[in-house]
Amino acid sequence: MSSMQFGIFSVSDITPDPTTGKAPTENERIRAWNAMAKKADEVGLDVFAIGEHHNPPFFSSSPTTTLAYIAAQTKNILLSTATTLITTNDPVKIAEDYAMLQHLSEGRMDLTLGRGNTGPVYPWFGYDIRDGIALAIEHYDLLRKLWTEDVVNWTGKHRTPLTGFTSTPRPLDGIPPFVWHGSIRSPQIAEQAAYYGDGFLHNNIFWNKEHTEQMVQLYRRRFAHYGHGEPEEAIVGLGGQVFMAETEQKAKDFFRPYFDNAPVYGGGASLEDFSELTPLTVGTPEMVIDRTLSFREWAGDYQRQMFLMDHAGLPLDVVLEQIEILGTEVVPVLRKEFDRMRAPGVPDAPTHAARVAASRADGSVESSAQPAARDDVDTGAAIAKQDGE
Amino acid sequence: METKRITVVAAGLSEPSSTRMLADRLAEATEGALLEHEVAAEITVVELRTLAVDIASMMVTRVETAAVQEAIKQVVEADAIIAVTPTFTMSYSGLFKSFFDLVDKDALTGVPVLLGATGGTARHSMVLDTAMRPLFAYLKAAVIPTGVYAASEEWATSGLSNRVQRAGRELASVIRNLPRARATDPFDPEGADFETFDQLIGRS
Repeated sequence: MSSMQFGIFSVSDITPDPTTGKAPTENERIRAWNAMAKKADEVGLDVFAIGEHHNPPFFSSSPTTTLAYIAAQTKNILLSTATTLITTNDPVKIAEDYAMLQHLSEGRMDLTLGRGNTGPVYPWFGYDIRDGIALAIEHYDLLRKLWTEDVVNWTGKHRTPLTGFTSTPRPLDGIPPFVWHGSIRSPQIAEQAAYYGDGFLHNNIFWNKEHTEQMVQLYRRRFAHYGHGEPEEAIVGLGGQVFMAETEQKAKDFFRPYFDNAPVYGGGASLEDFSELTPLTVGTPEMVIDRTLSFREWAGDYQRQMFLMDHAGLPLDVVLEQIEILGTEVVPVLRKEFDRMRAPGVPDAPTHAARVAASRADGSVESSAQPAARDDVDTGAAIAKQDGE
Repeated sequence: METKRITVVAAGLSEPSSTRMLADRLAEATEGALLEHEVAAEITVVELRTLAVDIASMMVTRVETAAVQEAIKQVVEADAIIAVTPTFTMSYSGLFKSFFDLVDKDALTGVPVLLGATGGTARHSMVLDTAMRPLFAYLKAAVIPTGVYAASEEWATSGLSNRVQRAGRELASVIRNLPRARATDPFDPEGADFETFDQLIGRS
């Protein structure tokens, strides 16, 4: 495993191809994800991550179902989310679903928690958007307990209390899935990631580097404040968006109609202005390499670089070709160059195997990794135990 | 001499515009009133006309250009704001509203604001109190009592000058006596507005 992970992430939009006017069906797009993940695995990318949405034109409402299916069809690629809604999902269900995914994928997964960007999702799931930060904080507090404590007694403001509850399956090898916290503008979430010593992923695809730097540096500083190591040892991930061809002109000519009609940013700034203001790079693989390598100048040495490749109605064959170029021409150079520039002491990107090895080395997890036998397997006994505490 | 930063936001569309003229006169009156109390004014003018395309682009893409970023910074960091719009279809112009839509809703809390508006006839003068004042009330700004509306026919009258002078004195007085309480940087862990994890989880 290399010190940095490179991957692709997708929001799951179903958008008509602006050059033909034809939109893929839901089934075609869902199948396309599987093809993309397999291609990414074949060409040696490290991560395939998917978003979570609960409204059209997006289809990705059930990330763990999707990722488990993909896990069965791929060999090495790590499966992740971008993001899992920590606010409106029940943390108990997140604990269960992702622990199950962890077992089925043999640890080849992690997840990125976020608050989402669609306001109505809160009321649809019975919550209030004004509680967004509070929900993210409280739900994650519970999620961690569910993964690290075999029997959980818990009371909070936003969810019904738990007494004598055991989330199953227990995390694989006694090591919970690695968690990234994703936020583009909330210092509270950078603080949360730092407090726990978890990863922080800034999806900067709509943001200038000054803003992204401010968020990443706050997280690094607070990571050190909470005693997890030096600021340089914090675990950072970034976003990116690229489209490549043999020449810059060819790349721009092909990509421009997709850019101009893209959901979210289409109809606004020109491709050229947008490329200057955000990480978007439309050009040759060399241009993508140079641009991406420059991220470390303001973010510091970091662990994960994700690319958006399949949105705005781009046809699957084009997306697969882009993944191929990324995996064969871009990432090998990025690995080598990032490694060459990397300061000593910067941790490698987290993987399940490395985390298991590290915890065994410091004795925090028994090598058998069998959960301790419970003496309170029925609720009555658990309540009695809690009352006696 | 103490210096106060005043940012003038002018949403006029023509060049030169009567909106910009009113804005400049309000800024001048405020500066004069401050000088009487040995306070200097550093005045920055944000002409929204030059930012119109960037503002529209930011509305649809969320991507901030350097020029819009600088304009917003000038507004949220000011000691006082003079906001002047032409009256369009019974209200402030869409450009004026779009710009303030991009300003964080808490960034103007407690900032002294002087309102000004221009229009063809005096019949639209209620725009100050029916449109502009509620907008800045929502933003929790400290809007001063006198707003100045200038109809085309008034540019030759002393009535307008008197109102401009009075508004300038009122704004200067608020700037001196009730200076804005500055929000601290939410990204500064030592700042008063930073929320530590203990505060977030409610254990502190």
